[in-house]
Amino acid sequence: MAENKGILVIGELAGGKLASITTELLGCGRKLADELKEDLSCLLIGDSVGEASKEAIAFGADKVYVAEHAALKDYQADSYMQAAEKVINDVSPRTVLMGQTSMGRDLAPRLAFRLGTTLTTDCLDLAIDPQTKLLTQTRPVYGGTAQAVFTSEITPQMVTVRTKAMSPLERDDSRKGETIPVKIDIDASKVRTKILETVKEEAVGIKLEDAPVIVCGGRGLGGPEPFQTTLKELADLLHGAVGASRPPADNGWVPEALHIGLTGKIVAPDIYIAVAVSGASQHTAGCTGSKHIIAINKDPEANIFREAEFGVVGKYEEVVPALTNKLKELLAA
Amino acid sequence: MPVNMIVCCKQVPDPEAPPAVFKVVSNKMTLPPDVKPVIGQYEEFALEAALKIKDTTGGKITALSLGNNFVRDVIKKSLAVGSDELILLEDEAFDDGDSWSIASALAAAIKKIGEYDLIFCGRQSSDWDAGQVGLGIAEILGIPAVTLARKVEITDGKAKVERVIPDGYQVIEVTLPAVIVVTSGLGALRYATLKGIMAAAKKQPVVWKPADIGLEPAQVGAAGRRVKLEKLFQPVKEGKCEMIEGETPVEAGANLAVKLREAKLL
Ligand SMILES: Cc1cc2nc3c(=O)[nH]c(=O)nc-3n(C[C@H](O)[C@H](O)[C@H](O)COP(=O)(O)OP(=O)(O)OC[C@H]3O[C@@H](n4cnc5c(N)ncnc54)[C@H](O)[C@@H]3O)c2cc1C
Ligand SMILES: Nc1ncnc2c1ncn2[C@@H]1O[C@H](COP(=O)(O)O)[C@@H](O)[C@H]1O
Repeated sequence: MAENKGILVIGELAGGKLASITTELLGCGRKLADELKEDLSCLLIGDSVGEASKEAIAFGADKVYVAEHAALKDYQADSYMQAAEKVINDVSPRTVLMGQTSMGRDLAPRLAFRLGTTLTTDCLDLAIDPQTKLLTQTRPVYGGTAQAVFTSEITPQMVTVRTKAMSPLERDDSRKGETIPVKIDIDASKVRTKILETVKEEAVGIKLEDAPVIVCGGRGLGGPEPFQTTLKELADLLHGAVGASRPPADNGWVPEALHIGLTGKIVAPDIYIAVAVSGASQHTAGCTGSKHIIAINKDPEANIFREAEFGVVGKYEEVVPALTNKLKELLAA
Repeated sequence: MPVNMIVCCKQVPDPEAPPAVFKVVSNKMTLPPDVKPVIGQYEEFALEAALKIKDTTGGKITALSLGNNFVRDVIKKSLAVGSDELILLEDEAFDDGDSWSIASALAAAIKKIGEYDLIFCGRQSSDWDAGQVGLGIAEILGIPAVTLARKVEITDGKAKVERVIPDGYQVIEVTLPAVIVVTSGLGALRYATLKGIMAAAKKQPVVWKPADIGLEPAQVGAAGRRVKLEKLFQPVKEGKCEMIEGETPVEAGANLAVKLREAKLL
């Protein structure tokens, strides 16, 4: 068997462009590839990849494999698997990087088991061990109360990386690279799922991931109403967005798209105001990248105060409107 | 059509225990003995998904758990809430497996069970958070899988699944047998009834060893691992929260506003 070499990023597109996670993976993959003195490749899958292949080169890829097929318009595991499996077998990379995203979570474990190899999901840090040359893969476990470092001797090996954990390179359109079309036949008889309907549930206003300020409500708010009044008023004042811990999303108080944490969205705003959130490690996993965390909770022992920079102990019904009113006054001055 | 369902349930340290009680000692997570283990959260959601199908369509639920030293009244919760059967893959040899060895053993057990239309797993275990085993089982058995399911129905011999995507959801139809990987949002696991608890107390789980599922001890648990755990550690965090006070909570709220302005955060 040929020696496995190089890093392959399986990219994702968002609105016809490279998704931000893919630029992050290329940034991290470039560093690893340079250290190994090997190539960085990127695979893009879709019905029409367009200019994104050029973007991938500008963000660090040496080679971009483009797998285009009408049947690859929407992500479906059974069709995307066919493209990914073929390219991994053709390219024989040492390591395959994917994002810990909706697609990565669904595709990476299948690929790893299909290829008989290992996968470490949700990594925060990747490095080459100087002695063994193995890739050390660091990920949070136990909801984030601990971290584990894994290695694997099998190649190609797979890793998914948490969003916002890695930095992209500066875009450089003068970077040189090669775009390689992949001839791919999709065997429709192997696609055992059918998308009957796609329903958008996004809340109106600023997207959570892009908001500079997030006001996040927890189970302590007791119902849907405070999200639409008390929290929204503060968020609107600060041109921010309202988010939630998991219980409000589970209870249907807010759409699932607002759920922040290990199993929800990972956010990193300038300011994160956690209101009536206890600060379970699985929740803070989604917001520790925030520049400043502020906590309001009636329980002085709440774990969220261990993560916060400023805190107020008190009932949100009293504290939050007072905060909003005073800020209004100060911001108007 | 009565549906044959298998729900993979893991016994884990209580993930809701305060973060401070989790302590790593020589590369292992340890918790004080008074923190009782539980069935993982997403497995509870998976059980509820199966029970909802049993309510509407009818069928049989087998709970399947791999581990060692199961606390009987914890793991029997699956029976108490309405599963028909509990199979434990219980042996020292199953200790310290990785996604690969766990999925392989569960798949071997599922093959031995033989009859299945739906296999339910959680999106990630509440201890290692890997998110791999459900899809691993599907690959090993060569059957389709739908992940991040928050609603499952059976119609015309197929499953119709609501799958959560970042900005909404999709309705996906999948052929049976299939693995369904469950997320949150379908409602908490129902409470066990007194009758259920009493029936569960009388029922003995079936216990299988590696040989019962056709595997050597060297193929399971730590010996069957493919990834090596180099190190488990707890990053140190220095808590440095400045508490903003006031005569009343209202005053404290206003003082917070002043503080945030002073610190030039806003
Ligand atoms: C594998 C796994 C993944 C998970 N993923 C996530 C995730 O992605 N995101 C997530 O959020 N959770 C997640 N969880 C759940 C997590 O463990 C916690 O259960 C959850 O975060 C608790 O949410 P909460 O803080 O809103 O509620 P609670 O823990 O119930 O806390 C409510 C808080 O509100 C305070 N409070 C009550 N009333 C008031 C009031 N009037 N004024 C002020 N304060 C008040 C209370 O003091 C308390 O601190 C996950 C769990 C597991 C096992
Ligand atoms: N030891 C186990 N026993 C039974 N089911 C398990 C076990 N480990 C994992 N699973 C199932 O696989 C899912 C995903 O686990 P993981 O890949 O470890 O995150 C869990 O939610 C369970 O449904």
